[in-house]
Amino acid sequence: MSCAVDVRALEYRYPDGQQALRGVDLHVTHGERVALLGPNGAGKTTLMLHLNGLMRGAGSVEVAGLAVGRDSLHELRMRVGLVFQDPDDQLFMPTVEEDVAFGPLNMGLDRDAVAERVDEALAAVRMRHVAGRAPYQLSMGERRRVAIATALAMRPAVLVLDEPSANLDPRARRELLEVLARIDRTMLVTTHDLPLAAELCERAVILAAGRVVGDGPCDEILADAELLAAHDLELPAGFDLDRIERRAPA
Amino acid sequence: MDLTGTAGDPASRIHRLDPRAKIIALLGITVVAVSTPLEHWPVYVACAAALAACAALARVRPADIGRRVRIVLPLVLLTAVLLPLARSDGLAIFAEVAAKALIGTTSAALLAATTPFTAVLRGLEALRVPRLLVQIAAFMYRYLFVIAAELGRMRSALLARGYRPRHPFHAAPAGRVASALFLRTYGRGERVYQAMLARGYRGTMPYATPLAFGRADALFVAAVVLAVVPVRFVA
Repeated sequence: MSCAVDVRALEYRYPDGQQALRGVDLHVTHGERVALLGPNGAGKTTLMLHLNGLMRGAGSVEVAGLAVGRDSLHELRMRVGLVFQDPDDQLFMPTVEEDVAFGPLNMGLDRDAVAERVDEALAAVRMRHVAGRAPYQLSMGERRRVAIATALAMRPAVLVLDEPSANLDPRARRELLEVLARIDRTMLVTTHDLPLAAELCERAVILAAGRVVGDGPCDEILADAELLAAHDLELPAGFDLDRIERRAPA
Repeated sequence: MDLTGTAGDPASRIHRLDPRAKIIALLGITVVAVSTPLEHWPVYVACAAALAACAALARVRPADIGRRVRIVLPLVLLTAVLLPLARSDGLAIFAEVAAKALIGTTSAALLAATTPFTAVLRGLEALRVPRLLVQIAAFMYRYLFVIAAELGRMRSALLARGYRPRHPFHAAPAGRVASALFLRTYGRGERVYQAMLARGYRGTMPYATPLAFGRADALFVAAVVLAVVPVRFVA
């Protein structure tokens, strides 16, 4: 069986000469939820953008059996649901409904199929009631959930989220976590929020200075205080990993 | 921000018309009014009557029109008000400019009151207005609030550190805010574009429902033309 995500020896250097990725290997199997951890500037977002060909470095990237290449870009983007960190970047249409429909329409689906996808995706993030509203009328948490719906509407093989809990108050974060936990899909979650990773993901990968420096079951990675400290990561004070219960998809 | 939304009865015949019909008819009224000299003043009356009829059919209250017109009109009229002081025939010119400005802005206000902004954009695109311009307008509309909020935060940051401009030399930080804002919006533009590509954007905006120009739309355009154009030649 093919991997959901198969990255081999990926290297990327920004035009200004900064080396962002230095030979990243990452293999994610279907249905797995992987937390991608690492300090700022570790290359997490760069790696994410490689997954659907928005950036192209040296090495190979394969998603759901499809290699990233010039000819496969459109097909690839249908398979990878990318959720950007700032929902205002992701939600560019005048209404929520139109925004969620943007991806399915680009897939060439007909009107009924698009309407069904929009409804299904908004229901999955519990945001059906805001379909007709404009993104700027929503709270940060609501916008984040709608942004996830815009990716889900394409029924991607892999859902990739960049810092999904950034700038959320505790209640919005809790709601987001509940929404994400119910989504039954291969997931790659970039985050600094280690408790979120612990609750959501069974596996964690640490990326530092463009390399994978840790990869294993989430509990073990997060319990390794030395490894975390070496890469500027830390659990909140007084946090007890043993009391965390992982949420399985519904 | 109810100024950007529609007003009146959303189920009215006028609201349900194809946006292209409304754009053509209301733009037509404006063009006829603007191209008419003061001697043919009955044309202004015909234009005003046509607009009033549209507003009545759409159940848009005069107050709703008034609120929208109030934003644009003073600017236009300000220049005209000075004319009678400068020239002997100034009063006549003032009357002409005022009538034209009033009819033009009311047409635009009526279009905005009966047609959601996105529908206006789609209508313009279908009327062969360059797609790039339409998309620029669409993104401006979407990001206006985001950018205004960003500007607000930058302004607060200036004030919080004691910025109090007292003479023109103190304007430099405002200039820097403008350039910082430009860079930020530029960066945002890049990210939005990436987000669009990530969802399969290939250069054209996809739409769920096609526009349909039907009999009612043709009738509406014809009625407006008949109400206004003959007067232009008779009067």
